[in-house]
Amino acid sequence: MSSDGTTSRIAWRLATVIDVLLETPRTRTLVLDVPGWPGHRAGQHVDVRLTAEDGYQAERSYSIASPPEDTRLSLTVEELKDGEVSPYLSEVLHAGDTLELRGPIGGYFVWDIPAGGPLLLIGGGSGIVPLMAMLRHRSASLATGVARHRLPARLLYSSRSWDEVIYRDELARLVENDPSLEVTHTLTREQPKGWSGFRRRIDRAMLEQVAWPPSEQPRVFVCGPTPLVESVASTLVELGHQPALVKTERFGPTGGAV
Amino acid sequence: MPPVSRGFRGRRQSADTASRLPPGQYETRDFPVLSAGPTPRISLATWDFTLLGANGKTARWTWDEFTALPRQTITKDIHCVTKWSKLDTVWEGISVDTILSEAAAKGVVPSPFVLARCDGGYTTNVPLADVTGGKAWVAFMYNGAPLPAEHGGPARLLVPHLYFWKSAKWVRELRLMESDAPGFWESLGYHMYGDPWREQRYSGDE
Repeated sequence: MSSDGTTSRIAWRLATVIDVLLETPRTRTLVLDVPGWPGHRAGQHVDVRLTAEDGYQAERSYSIASPPEDTRLSLTVEELKDGEVSPYLSEVLHAGDTLELRGPIGGYFVWDIPAGGPLLLIGGGSGIVPLMAMLRHRSASLATGVARHRLPARLLYSSRSWDEVIYRDELARLVENDPSLEVTHTLTREQPKGWSGFRRRIDRAMLEQVAWPPSEQPRVFVCGPTPLVESVASTLVELGHQPALVKTERFGPTGGAV
Repeated sequence: MPPVSRGFRGRRQSADTASRLPPGQYETRDFPVLSAGPTPRISLATWDFTLLGANGKTARWTWDEFTALPRQTITKDIHCVTKWSKLDTVWEGISVDTILSEAAAKGVVPSPFVLARCDGGYTTNVPLADVTGGKAWVAFMYNGAPLPAEHGGPARLLVPHLYFWKSAKWVRELRLMESDAPGFWESLGYHMYGDPWREQRYSGDE
């Protein structure tokens, strides 16, 4: 699949791990060199394939964290307790190892500059990953002179605790350098001393406070555990947002919560 | 043989489970939810189901009429293109064979391709041969209870031998067509047919 509609097979490629970055106690970013990578759009994902010595294979999908502008491909992986693949990617894989992947995959949960704004991103836990690719893409484009006032962006990000906020420092830096970007955190389980921000799951009142009104027609992307996405997307529609402008990506077990 | 992933052992399934998992799939006991947008909510009072023939003839049922058609209980393995498979899922619904034969009385004649159309705007395409002969249903019960909205309720198409995106949630219409046309995911890089046993995930997969 590709954006120009050609139907050549999406080939498996052998990536090399350049670096493994510790993001939070439970998440790591794999920085990969992927020879022949055809490029991607912010929000897309890849399929990863592992092969054991006896030929047994396991495949999973991971969102791309890096923007199209980066020469290297980054995947941010949350380690799932009892997972088959994520503990391997988190704990076993290190710089110099190889990793098979193919992509990019997915043509709906994507945002690029021509799609315009305002851009409203709502994420829970590792659901931040494709949203971060969008923010990084936006930031890289602004740096090259795209009119900033046309692309205001807001991120509402739900994490269990301050230590579990993925890309925490980078988000702070992005906000510091960009008055048209607002980042709002909510910490649902544990808050640092003196925390004055939200401390509950995303709800209607929070969305009314943080989101643009439907009349602004924000492009909305919601990614996170199923209960969060179900609740946020339904509430946005109740508030008057057009369903066609609310794009969602759900992951994890039906009972997962952030 | 692809390169070995240093230090990867993986989790082995029982031989029985392994034999039921198509390539690249893993078993989940959960029931993940995958949808591209908000979950549509529709009242049963306004719900109806339409079979639209290529000849312009239509057959339409209200909720009460539709659920009064002879129903079947189906136990099937399902396979999502995002890699999970769920074994022995239990559904109740109306066979597409039944829908077609009821519609024949209203002048709807078969055509080789079908486009399923849904609340929320979702669409997907399947050959007629893949939804006839006891291979597909419009299901409205799951595990003995009404199908929850996030899983496609009030009713979804159930085509368990193809990747599960073909089992369109919130289905309202089957449109019979003389030629094939891509649906939602099929227009966004996913395979036109989607056989999990041939791992036809994306366009270009053989």
